[in-house]
Amino acid sequence: MKPSWRRPQIKGSETVSFKDKVDEIRRDFPIFSRLERGKPLRYLDSAATSQRPIQVIRAVEEFYEMHNSNVHSGVYELSEEASAAYSGARKKVAVFLGAQPKELVFTRNATEALNLVAFSWGRANLKPGDRVLLTQMEHHSNLVPWQMLAQEKGLKLGFVRITDDGLLDEESLKDELAKKPKLFALVHASNVLGTINDVKLYGKMAHEVGSLVLVDGAQSAPHMRVDVKDMDCDFFAVSGHKMLAPLGIGALYAKEDVLSSMPPFMTGGGMIREVTEEFTTFDDIPYRFEAGTPNIGGAVGFGAAIDYLEGLGMNWVRDHERRLTAYALDLISGVKGVKVYGPMDPDRRGGVISFNVEGVHAHDVAQVLDEEGVTIRSGHHCAMTIMERYGIPATARASFYVYNAEDDVDALVRGIQRVKQVFGVG
Amino acid sequence: MAEDIYRELILDHYKHPSNFGHLALRNGKARDQNSNCGDSVDFEVLVKEGKLVDVAFTGIGCAICIASASLLTEAVKGRSLQDVMALGETDILANLGIKDLTPERMKCAMLPLKVLKMALINSRAALPEQA
Repeated sequence: MKPSWRRPQIKGSETVSFKDKVDEIRRDFPIFSRLERGKPLRYLDSAATSQRPIQVIRAVEEFYEMHNSNVHSGVYELSEEASAAYSGARKKVAVFLGAQPKELVFTRNATEALNLVAFSWGRANLKPGDRVLLTQMEHHSNLVPWQMLAQEKGLKLGFVRITDDGLLDEESLKDELAKKPKLFALVHASNVLGTINDVKLYGKMAHEVGSLVLVDGAQSAPHMRVDVKDMDCDFFAVSGHKMLAPLGIGALYAKEDVLSSMPPFMTGGGMIREVTEEFTTFDDIPYRFEAGTPNIGGAVGFGAAIDYLEGLGMNWVRDHERRLTAYALDLISGVKGVKVYGPMDPDRRGGVISFNVEGVHAHDVAQVLDEEGVTIRSGHHCAMTIMERYGIPATARASFYVYNAEDDVDALVRGIQRVKQVFGVG
Repeated sequence: MAEDIYRELILDHYKHPSNFGHLALRNGKARDQNSNCGDSVDFEVLVKEGKLVDVAFTGIGCAICIASASLLTEAVKGRSLQDVMALGETDILANLGIKDLTPERMKCAMLPLKVLKMALINSRAALPEQA
């Protein structure tokens, strides 16, 4: 199959082809001016962390150059500017997710957001014998905190099984919900299988048995329109660095009434109302959950990343990636000796493709691809329960974002052919 | 670099590893895994009179890891425990015939030696005084 740059037939994309738009986007990302092992950089590891456009880098730079100071109680102009920048960023991220700013807590990343729920809501609300329902496709960040809490408090964990096609097994879901969990914590888009779970439907089913719903949105919010109110989840966790923002900034959304009922996670400055030697009263949401000087520069960068994504339009982002994923699935699964994991329907998956080359370990696949300038990840991708489900030690994983196009997929497929040649397989 | 790493020696040992399997007679064994990738290696050893008389391994890993284990078993059979315990990174790279590896891949190469040493320590614990 030859790469095709024909103009797409997707509604709303009018005159600019995907190729032209991706060319334009790539010019915004300084990293693409460098080489990888002497070849053009084919960055196919955005599920690990995305690259950042110059607009985000400049926004962070400008904050440190011109507006840097601490937030909250400063009365001078510089501090007012920093506070405005920080709250402005909160508003941007909140609006992007369909939330109110007071429902949006800045964290380091999705992992911290998920731990916040476990340590604050979980400790305060779960009792020995209570059930927490997870799925077999969780990232370790939405599994280990619950396991730790289960050990501490004597909770029971359940896991919704994965079908052979890489979807959540709805029978298994019904069985588990019948056991009346107090919380259903599930991933929106799998970082290994690419599966996009119908969190709105599953969340509704969970609410019907009286469970709260936590959605790990680390791999969904960067790639599609998310509306937490429409989804009706109680918690939603995101990482900024997977969606063009700087490293070290993420967010937790929690419904206002749920968040208001939660005790602080970490304590210290910036989150109190009054402290005496005997007792402390805490600030309102969301500040109650942001002890210490926050990552203001990171938040400003997060805001700039949201501006960039809104400029592209999240519907365009999803269309682009669905189209690229369809192209890649077609080509990669067509290579003899290559097994692709996860759903084959591009409507049911995001731009994450895990695969193995028969007779070659994923590390070796990644190493040979690197020689071709193609950067993919190999290993268990912090989701060892998925590896166990498929009886494999590791997969190679290519993942896409707004700056990827068919030429990257073509380089990947050429690289896979090279792997087979080096290892003398197929 | 791929050409440097994936030479015939390594690919041969990856596809047809030496001493792959189990020992009928053994007095030490160990298993460990590379936590970053989930690869795991098991070593079994037979130690007599301070010497590594026999060694075998099983495991799942990349070409570097499996070839490193295979070449290691060939290099250590019949040697004194003292010699084997003194082996390090340079010996493993020399076995593989590779000048250098990135830190990530170095972990793959070093896992077998780490597990072999664990197996030897286990055998000495089981038999504190060698006859």
